[in-house]
Formats: sequence, C-alpha cells, structure tokens
Amino acid sequence: MDYSSFLQMREEFSLLAVMVFLLVYDIFAGEKGLKYFQPVALVLLTVHTVLNCMPRDAFEVAGGMYQYVPMQTYVKSILNIGTIIVLLQAHKFLNEDANRIKRGEFYFLTLSTLLGMYFMISSGNFLMFFIGLETASIPMATLVAFDKYNRKSAEAGAKYILSAVFASSISVFGMSLIYGSTGTLYFTDLATLITGTPLQIMAFVFFSVGLFFKISLVPFHLWTPDVYEGSQTNITSYLSVISKGAAVFVLFTLLIKVFGNLVTQWQPILYGLAVVSITVANVFAIRQQNLKRFLAFSSISQAGYILLAIISGSAMGMASLVYYVLVYMFSNLAAFGVLSVIENRTGKVQMSDYNGLYQTNPRLSFVMMLALFSLAGIPPFAGFFSKFFVFSAAAAQGYYVLVFIALLNTILSLYYYLLVIKAMFLNKSENPIENIKSDFPVRISLVVCTLGILLVGLFSTIYNQIAVLSFGM
Amino acid sequence: MGVILYYMNFLSLFVLIPVLMMLGLFVSNSRKQIQFITATGASLLLILSGIITYMYLTERAAGNVAEMLFTADTVWYAPFNIHYSVGVDGISVAMLILSSIIVFTGVFASWKIDPLPKEFFLWYSLLSIGVYGFFISTDLFTMFMYYEIALIPMYLLIGIWGTGRKEYSAMKLTLMLMGGSALLLVGILGIYYTSGATSMNLLEIAKMKIPLTAQYYFFPLTFLGFGVLGALFPFHTWSPDGHASAPTAVSMLHAGVLMKLGGYGCFRVAMYLMPQAAHEMAWFFLILTGISVVYGAFAAIHQTDLKYINAYSSVSHCGLVLFAILMMNETAATGAILQMLSHGLMTALFFALIGMIYGRTHTRLITEMGGLMKVLPFLGVSYVIAGLASLGLPGLSGFVAEMTIFFGSFQHTDTFHRVMTIIACMSIVITAVYILRVVGKILFGAIQDAHHEHLTDATWFERISVVTLIIAIVAIGSAPFWISGMIHESVIPVISHLAK
Repeated sequence: MDYSSFLQMREEFSLLAVMVFLLVYDIFAGEKGLKYFQPVALVLLTVHTVLNCMPRDAFEVAGGMYQYVPMQTYVKSILNIGTIIVLLQAHKFLNEDANRIKRGEFYFLTLSTLLGMYFMISSGNFLMFFIGLETASIPMATLVAFDKYNRKSAEAGAKYILSAVFASSISVFGMSLIYGSTGTLYFTDLATLITGTPLQIMAFVFFSVGLFFKISLVPFHLWTPDVYEGSQTNITSYLSVISKGAAVFVLFTLLIKVFGNLVTQWQPILYGLAVVSITVANVFAIRQQNLKRFLAFSSISQAGYILLAIISGSAMGMASLVYYVLVYMFSNLAAFGVLSVIENRTGKVQMSDYNGLYQTNPRLSFVMMLALFSLAGIPPFAGFFSKFFVFSAAAAQGYYVLVFIALLNTILSLYYYLLVIKAMFLNKSENPIENIKSDFPVRISLVVCTLGILLVGLFSTIYNQIAVLSFGM
Repeated sequence: MGVILYYMNFLSLFVLIPVLMMLGLFVSNSRKQIQFITATGASLLLILSGIITYMYLTERAAGNVAEMLFTADTVWYAPFNIHYSVGVDGISVAMLILSSIIVFTGVFASWKIDPLPKEFFLWYSLLSIGVYGFFISTDLFTMFMYYEIALIPMYLLIGIWGTGRKEYSAMKLTLMLMGGSALLLVGILGIYYTSGATSMNLLEIAKMKIPLTAQYYFFPLTFLGFGVLGALFPFHTWSPDGHASAPTAVSMLHAGVLMKLGGYGCFRVAMYLMPQAAHEMAWFFLILTGISVVYGAFAAIHQTDLKYINAYSSVSHCGLVLFAILMMNETAATGAILQMLSHGLMTALFFALIGMIYGRTHTRLITEMGGLMKVLPFLGVSYVIAGLASLGLPGLSGFVAEMTIFFGSFQHTDTFHRVMTIIACMSIVITAVYILRVVGKILFGAIQDAHHEHLTDATWFERISVVTLIIAIVAIGSAPFWISGMIHESVIPVISHLAK
C-alpha cells in the first residue's frame, strides 16, 4: 500500500499539526511562554488557513474512504475563517483568571470539532462520515458545558450530548439499513445501488435525522434554544455557524452523491421541513426576550432558507448554499460578537437591556444593525445577495410557491430583527449599557465581519469562484 | 475612480454622488460640514439632472431613436445572468428630474434637523441612492435591489425623527412595503425563468414571449408588488400613517418620489413584459385603482390633521397614476407620467409647507389653526399655490396631467372604461372640496390661538425649498410641451408592445 497518498490530505494534517503543537505548548510552556499562547495559536491557524485556501484537483485516499473535490477547499476555508473569528471573539473570555487554566483545552476541543467536520465533509464512506460526525459532536458537548460551575451551562451540555447521541444513533441505524440493503458503505457504489426500495427510503429517513439534528431543523430543533442560551456566547456562535455550515454542505453532497436516485422522495421531505422550519422558527423568535434564544430561533429559520438551495439539487444550488453559508457566517458572527462583548462586560442579554444602546455605544450598535439587516436580507448588504441566490436557485427548479412562502417569512423575520434595531436606536433608557471599549482582537473580528457584510455581495468575484467549482445532479 | 466610471458610465453618477455624500457625512463632525456636504451633493445632483435632460433632448433631436439612451452594461453575476445595466428614456429622465428637485428641496427643508443630523442625512442619502438607482437601471435584479435599498432607511428615518405614533407607523410601512417586495421578487424570478431570456435586462426580456399561463401568475404578483408602493387600494394603509409620522423631508421624498417607483414599475415591468395578461386582467386592477382615487379623496375630506389630508390626497392622486396606466393608450400613459411628476412636486411642496407650519404652530390640526395668512404670508401664499395645483388649476402642473389622463381614458368607447373614467373624474370635485376647506380654515378667518400672532415667516433655507418647487410646478403647468413630448415618445414603445 502506498502510504504517501495519505499526505494528500493536507488540510487535515495541517490542522492536526496545529492542534498537537498547541497541546504540547500548553502543557510544557512556562508562565512566560503561555502569555503568547493565544497570539501564537491564532497566527498558526491563519497560516493554516492561507496555506490551504487554494483548490486542488480531485483525488481519493484509502480506496475511496476519503474523497476530495475542489469545492471542499472553499467550504473548509469558510469554516477556518469562521473559527478564527470565533477564537478572536473568545480572546477576552479566555484571558479571564477563571478560564486561563482551561485555555489550551478550549482551543484543542474547538479544533477537534473542526477536524471532525473536515472528515465529515471529505468522507467517501459512511463509516468515515460517522467518525467525522462524532468527532464533531462529542467535543462540542464538552465545549457547551465548558463553564461547568454555571448551572445553565452544565444543563445545556447534558442536553446537547443526550440529544446528539440520540440523533446519531438513529443515524447509525439508518446506515446499517443501507448496508443491509446494498452490502456496501462506499458513496460511489451506493449511488447506483440505491434504487428506491422501501427499505432504502426508510434507511434514508433514519440516516438523515442525524444531519437534520445538527442543522437544527424543525422538528429536530428543540435542543437549540436551550443549548444556545446555556453555553458561553462564543461557543454558541461557533455552534450556530461552523457546525451548521459544515452539516448543510454535507447534507447537500450526500443527497446528490448517494441519494440521487431518491430525489423524488427527498424533495418533498425537504420541502416540508423548509416550510415548517422557517415558519415555526420565525413565529417563536418574535416572542423571545433573551437575545441568545432570539438568535437561536433566527438561526433555525436561516437553516430553513438554506434548504431552498439544497432542494434544487443543482450546481446553482450548491454555489448558492456555500455562498449563503459564507455570508451567514459573517452576519451571525458579527451579531454574536457584539452580543458577547456586551455580555462579557455587563452580563446583559435581554432585549430590553439594549434600549438606547446607540447613545452610548454607537459603533457596536452599528455593527449589530448591519448584521441584522444582512440576516434579514436587506440590500446592499451581503445577506440580500445570498438570499436572492438561494431563492433564485429554488425558483429555477419551479418551486415558486416555496419561494413565496419563504419570502412571506422574510417579512416576519424583518419584523423581529427590527425589534432589536428599534431597541437600540429608537427606545430610550433610564440606565443604558455604559460605553464599552472592546479590546483589540474583538475589534479585528468585528471589522472583518463588517467588511464581509459590506463587500462580499457587491463584488461578484467570490460568488463566481464558488460557482465555477460547484456541481449538482 | 476612473476605473469605476469607465465601467459604470456617467448615469451612475446619480448613484455615486450620494455614495460620496455618505462617505463625506461619515467623517464629518459639525453641523456646518454636514450642511455643506448635503447641500453640495444635492445641488450637484440637480445640475446633473439638468445636464442629462439637455443631453437626452439633443440626442433625440439628432435622430437617435433607440429605446434607451446612454446605455451601459457590465456583467455582475455571470452565473445568474445579472448585469449592472443602466439606460434612460424620456420617462426615466422625467423621474430623475423629479427626484433631483425633491432631494434638493428636502435637504433645505430639513436644514436644522434635530437630533442626530449626521445620521439623518446618512439615511437620507441611502434613500436617494435607492431612488436614483431604480430609475436608471434597466436590469430587473438591480431594479429590485435599489427598490429595497429605498425601503429600509424609511424605518429608521420615521422611527427616530418622526412625530406622533412613529414606531407603529414605521413598522407598518416597512413591513407592508416589504410584503410588496416579496410579491415582486417571486414575480421577477418567474418572469426571468419562464421567459427563457439570457439576461435580466428589461429590453431583452421584452423581446421574449412569456408563456400565457406564466403571465397569469406573475402579472398580478408583479403589479401588486409595485402597486403596494403605489398605494393601490386595499394596500394603501401604510401611506397615511407613514406619511403623517415621517419627518418633513422624508414625507416629501417618500410621497414625492418613492410612491412613483410603484407606478413606474407597474408600467415598465409588469405591463411591458407581460402584455397579454395585462390586457386580460386590467379590468380588475382598474376597479381597484378607481376605488383608490375616489376613496382617497373622500377620506381626505374627513381628516383634520394636515398631514393625513395630504397623505390621503396622495393615495387618490397616485391611484390616478395607476388608473391611467391601465387605460393602455398613449395619451393616458403620457398623462400618467405627467401626473407622477406633477403630484411628486406638489405633494412635496405640501409636505414641506406643512412641516414648516407645524414647526411654528406645533399643531397640525386644522381645527386649531386660522388666519395664518396674516402672520405667515409667504407660507400662506405658497400653500394656496400648492392647493390650486392640486385641484387642477390651468397653468399649474396638476391641470396638464389630469387633463391628459382623462382625455386619454375617454378614448375608450366601451361602457366599462367610460364609467370608470367618469367616476375617477369625480375626484377632481372632491379634491376641490377638501383643498378649499383647508385653505379657508387655516389661512383665512380669525387667528385661533393667541400664540400664533407672533410667528415668524419662512427663513432663507425654507424659501429656497419652497420657491424651487413652485418654479417647477409653474414651469410644467405653463409650458408642458417639451416634457410631455419627451415622455410621449418614450411611452410609445411600451404601448405599442401592449397593443400587440
């Protein structure tokens, strides 16, 4: 066997190298050296991102266990950038006295989930996929319960791990049915072997639950608000963007690569899920007073919009999906960034605490406003373009009614996004949040997100690059 | 800069200048600077619209018969065939003139805006980007994008600087108009994908034939989508609340220009691209617009708040625009565009004057005012002029527009159209009732409130704003030939497309 072919898995090895280095550094470095832990980690991650941002030719490793297509590079790069932004935002939190000792673990766990997502994305076999899925979820549960003396955080961790394990066990059951009916777990073989027998359809339904859970679609979303509320804000943002972004891409590729023959079955399923997810999440979001729960519901509805891209199954759909994830990452991370700055400093997360924020913190409110407008899909911000493309991809396949329902929901979502903007800009407050001077890393992260929101839409190069590499049924 | 201009052609200056204004405002830090930036920008836009008109007319006189002039086209999103394409014909030029005048006068009407002047003008500039961009683009995507850009600043403009039930009105307006744009987006996607065109350019899609069944679905969606912005009954309810709560300059820009986006869009997109469905379904929308016209006028009689009166009168007058468009002949359509222009100018004048009166008397209820002509002669006379223009006095712009519309509508010989025309004509009488009643009540008679005796008349910046609008109204009213000629020849291609 030619082991050198393994070296082609450059992204994974480079990330693994960073992880191992950080672990060793954290254990062996002295008090003085540890001061530079976070800067070193961020620089290494940035180098890792830059080195691995160019797409290569498609290849296979280990007889098809690992399949690479150029598009994956873009997805992984988006995840990398998102992770770096999250880590920048967590900088302050990790420098607090109580957390400094756990800093190394935070980085290691975060990067393990990232590694898990890499394998999930590039898997060519259900076993590999399952290993990736679990590598991505188990450390995640640890992260959610990171603040273990906080009851809410511990509760959220328990909720997450229980429901995640439940979902993946159903998923594994689905895989076993697939194996039972076809005798293989390799994606390439399955593409022809899955013909649409009732057992296979059942297998598909069971299997996909695991992914729907990760994407947190209604009715698999019930863990989302509690876990989002309970965990530390930076972890919430990681959960809502990175973990979700990887899962939607994997769902898309699996649907077209493996379950291509079941298209008549999965399209109505996704149709229903999209309608229910968007509508239910929007209706629930209106009533939320806690902004973390609010963004949790908002992220569920955003996931519903992404389904519109998946349902099309076309190359255009894939390009729109990746682009949507990119834009969603910038917008959501900007919103969570502001939220975490304010929560770290004052502990306030209620919408009523944000009354009059513009008077005292004009910049933070401005970033928050851009983020919310982008999430709502208002031009000229990037969110408008990503929504338009997703709708366009669905409309191209004739799903006009679905697009219409989704659009009606954007009005609803605009309503609740405007509620936050109203609190910040219109409402007056007796004791508004004092002026917060955010530290340098957070500021970088917010600037990056703002630039992303403002520029990704207006410059078409990014979308065009993605579109070149996208593929569909 | 040079590169951008090379790609975008000079029409894009209309968008670029407000963008530069925004950048300038972003770094400005005193009221003087803010005033300088906005006044310069608005004047440049006004001058630019003059230049465009001149160039357009010379180009036409030189025998250029292309449908759109000064076109430019840059591929933006190749996979979706989205282009950034611009071009103007007589209708868009007329709208650009209107927008420029109103943006210019709006700046002077809100010269002393308080609080947060910087933020106010930032949003105001963004609003004008949307308006200008909409009128210069010929690509469905960019049109839609600019349309939405124009909607969202409204929320903050009304919510922060408005009066009365501002939060409710701002939310209602934003959500209803967003609802309109949701209908519109489905319509646009439907048009594009069923036409089989290879670009989203209007002119190219117009050459395609959209299947009839698709037209039946997408024509009502598109027409209603734009119609919501054009205050089509029963989707007009955002307009009175929104306009009444908005600050002066925003009411001016919104009633004056933004509502015209609706009419323009109905004409340019819905009817131009889907002529068969337009013919089949016109009767239904004609009834709705007829209701708008009459209902708006009746509702205006009933109101006691000056802004509500004017807002309902806008519903009536904008209803007339859509009414005329649906008549589908050259004369009526020309009248519709003239009405957009004329209504835009006079409603802006109304809102400007109401804002100025309110700033002095601190009330907008007509029951609490009287005899203002004695203390505020300049504002009083201007109000009378605006009123006379609104009820269609010959020599002022309202007469020209309404005359052309009714002339055109009466060319239809069948009973249905005749009856509709007669009903719509009634609105002229009702308009006269509410205009004269208000003028008589607030300007003449005894002074109601002792505080009103010592009010000061308009300041210089208010006068600039008012005089500019009056000049424009009189100019169109007394010499309509050049502008109606320009509009007429651009209406012909659309109407002939409809006649097929």
